[in-house]
Amino acid sequence: MSDAAISNALARRSRPRGAFVAQIFEGVCFAAATALLATLGGLLISLFIGGWPAFRRFGLSFFTTSTWNPVIDVYGAAGPIIGTLVTATIALLLSLPIAGGVAFFLTELCPARLRRPIGTAVELLAGIPSIVYGMWGLFVFAPLFAKYVQMPLMMAATPGSLLEKLTTGVPNGSGIFSASIILAIMILPFMAATLRELLQTVPAAVRESAYGLGATTAEVVMTVTLPYVRAGAIGAVMLGLGRALGETMAVTFIIGNSHGMPSSLFDSGSTIASTIANEFTEATSPVHTAALIALGFILFVITFAVLALARLLLRNAEQRL
Amino acid sequence: MTATPAPGKPPTVSTARLLRRTAANVAFKVFCITVTVVALLALAAILWSLLSQGLGGLNLEVFTKSTPAPGSAGGLANAITGSILMCLLAMVLASVVGVLAGTWLAEYAGKSRYGSVVRFLNDVLLSAPSILVGLFVYELLVAPFKGFSGFAGAVALALLAVPVITRTTEDTLSLQPATLREAGVALGAPLSFIIRTVLWRSAQSGMLTGGLLAFARISGETAPLLFTALNNQFFSLDLSHATANLPVVIFQFALSAYDDWRRLAWAGALLIAAAVLGVTVLARAIAKEPRRS
Repeated sequence: MSDAAISNALARRSRPRGAFVAQIFEGVCFAAATALLATLGGLLISLFIGGWPAFRRFGLSFFTTSTWNPVIDVYGAAGPIIGTLVTATIALLLSLPIAGGVAFFLTELCPARLRRPIGTAVELLAGIPSIVYGMWGLFVFAPLFAKYVQMPLMMAATPGSLLEKLTTGVPNGSGIFSASIILAIMILPFMAATLRELLQTVPAAVRESAYGLGATTAEVVMTVTLPYVRAGAIGAVMLGLGRALGETMAVTFIIGNSHGMPSSLFDSGSTIASTIANEFTEATSPVHTAALIALGFILFVITFAVLALARLLLRNAEQRL
Repeated sequence: MTATPAPGKPPTVSTARLLRRTAANVAFKVFCITVTVVALLALAAILWSLLSQGLGGLNLEVFTKSTPAPGSAGGLANAITGSILMCLLAMVLASVVGVLAGTWLAEYAGKSRYGSVVRFLNDVLLSAPSILVGLFVYELLVAPFKGFSGFAGAVALALLAVPVITRTTEDTLSLQPATLREAGVALGAPLSFIIRTVLWRSAQSGMLTGGLLAFARISGETAPLLFTALNNQFFSLDLSHATANLPVVIFQFALSAYDDWRRLAWAGALLIAAAVLGVTVLARAIAKEPRRS
C-alpha cells in the first residue's frame, strides 16, 4: 500500500457518519438548482423543435407575411408579432406615467395614515388573476368604451385625416387599443408596487438634504430620488413590459382575435399569446400546430431579451445598496 | 453684478422663479394625486363588477353540482375540485424542488459563477409568459402520451411556482444570522444537518410565505392549463385524464353565448379572486408576525 492510499483510507474512516449524508444532501440541492436551468433550456429547445417545421417551410416569410390561413395551410406571423409589440408598447406608455404618479404619491405626498392601506391595496391588486381583468374588459369596459370613446372619435374624424386612419374599424369596444388599455390597467399595480419599493430604498438622508436645500417635492423626485433609483426603475418598467408581452387571458378576451395585420387602433387583431390560446387545441394540421409553437418560440425570444435586460438592471440596482 | 443671489437682486426675478417652481410643484402634486385616484377608481371598478356580478351567481349549487349543459342548472363542483387537486399536487412538486434549489443557492452556491447563472435564470423564469410553460408541458407530457391530463396541468403549474419558492427560500435563508451556522459548526454538525435542523426551522415563516405567494400565483393561472389539463364536463378525482379546472371553465363559459354560463363564469371568477386575495393576505400576515425566540 502506498502512503497516499493509506492516508486516503484513514481520511475516509475518520469522517463522521453525517458527512456521507451531507454529500448526498448537497448533491440533491445541486440537482434541484440544475433542474431549474434544465427547465429553461428545455423550454427553449422544445419550442424550437416544435416550431421547426413551420420555420423550415415558410422561412423568412413566416416573419414578414401576415396571411394566416389554416384552410390552405399557409401561415405568416407578422400580424400577431406586430399585435404583441404594439399592444405591449401602448400599454406601457399608458401605464408608466400613472404607475409613476402612484409611486410618487405613496412615497412623498400620501398622509402617513393612508400610506399603508393604499400601498397594501396596490400590492394585493397586483395579484388578481389576469382572467378577471379580461372578463371585466369584455363585459364592462368594452360597451362603455365603444359608446363613449370609439363612436365619438369616429364621428369626429374627418375623412382622409390621420385620426380617421387610426380609428377605422367596427366600434364594438374590442380591438388593439382596448386590449392595450386593459393591459395597462393590469400591469399598473405591479409597476406601481415595484417602483414604490425602489423609491423606498432611497436613504432618508439623501431626500432630507434635498428638502433642506429648499427643493420642492417635484424637484426632490425628479432630480434626486428618481435618478437615485434610475437603473432599478428602468428594470421595473421592463419587467412590466415583459408581463404585457406575454399576457394571454386579459388580451384574448378583448383584442377581437382576427388574423392578419391590424389596420388601425380600433381594428381587431391578435397577439402571439392570444393566437396560441385560441387555436392550439383546435389546430387542424401538423403545420398549424408547428406554426403556433413557432409563434411561442418567437415570444420566448422577445420576452427573454426584455426580462434578461430588466433583471440585469434591477440586479445592479440591488447590488448598489 | 455678482453671480451670487444676493439680497440686492431685483425681487421680481426671484418671485417669478419661485412662482414657476411652485407652479411646477403644484402641477406635479395634482398630477400624482389625480392619477392615484384614477388608478384606485379603475381597480375599484373591477372589484365592484366582480362582486356585483359574482355574488348574484353564487349559491350552494355552485359548490355541489358539476358544470351544466347550457340551459340546465349546475355548478362548478368539478372545476373547483380539479383546481384544488392540481394546485395541491403542483405545490408539493414545486415545494420540494424550490426549497432544495433555493437552499443550494443560499448555502452552497456562494459567489460561484454557476450559482449566479442559476440565480439570474430563475429570476427570468419568475416572469416568463405562462402560456409558454403550457406549450412546453404540452410538448413534454401531453403530445408523447397522446392525452390531456390533470398531471400535466399540475406539472405546468409547478413549473410556475418553483421560481417563486426558490427565490423566497434563498432570500429568507440568506437573512438568517451567520451565528446560527457557526453555532452548529462549533458543535461539529455537518452543514447539511445544520440546514435541515436549524436553518430551515428558523426560516420557516419566510418559506411558508413564499409557498403561499406561489400558491396564490398558480391558482389563478389559465393559460398553461388550456392545453395541458384541458377541461372535463364531469366530476372526477382522477388526474390521469383531462381535468376540469376553474380558470379554463371561466374562460369557456365567459365567452359563451348563454346567460347562465356567463353567470357561473362570474361566480367562478369571484371565487378565484377571493381565494387569491385571501391567500395573499394570509401570507402577508405570516410574514409580518414577529419571529418566536
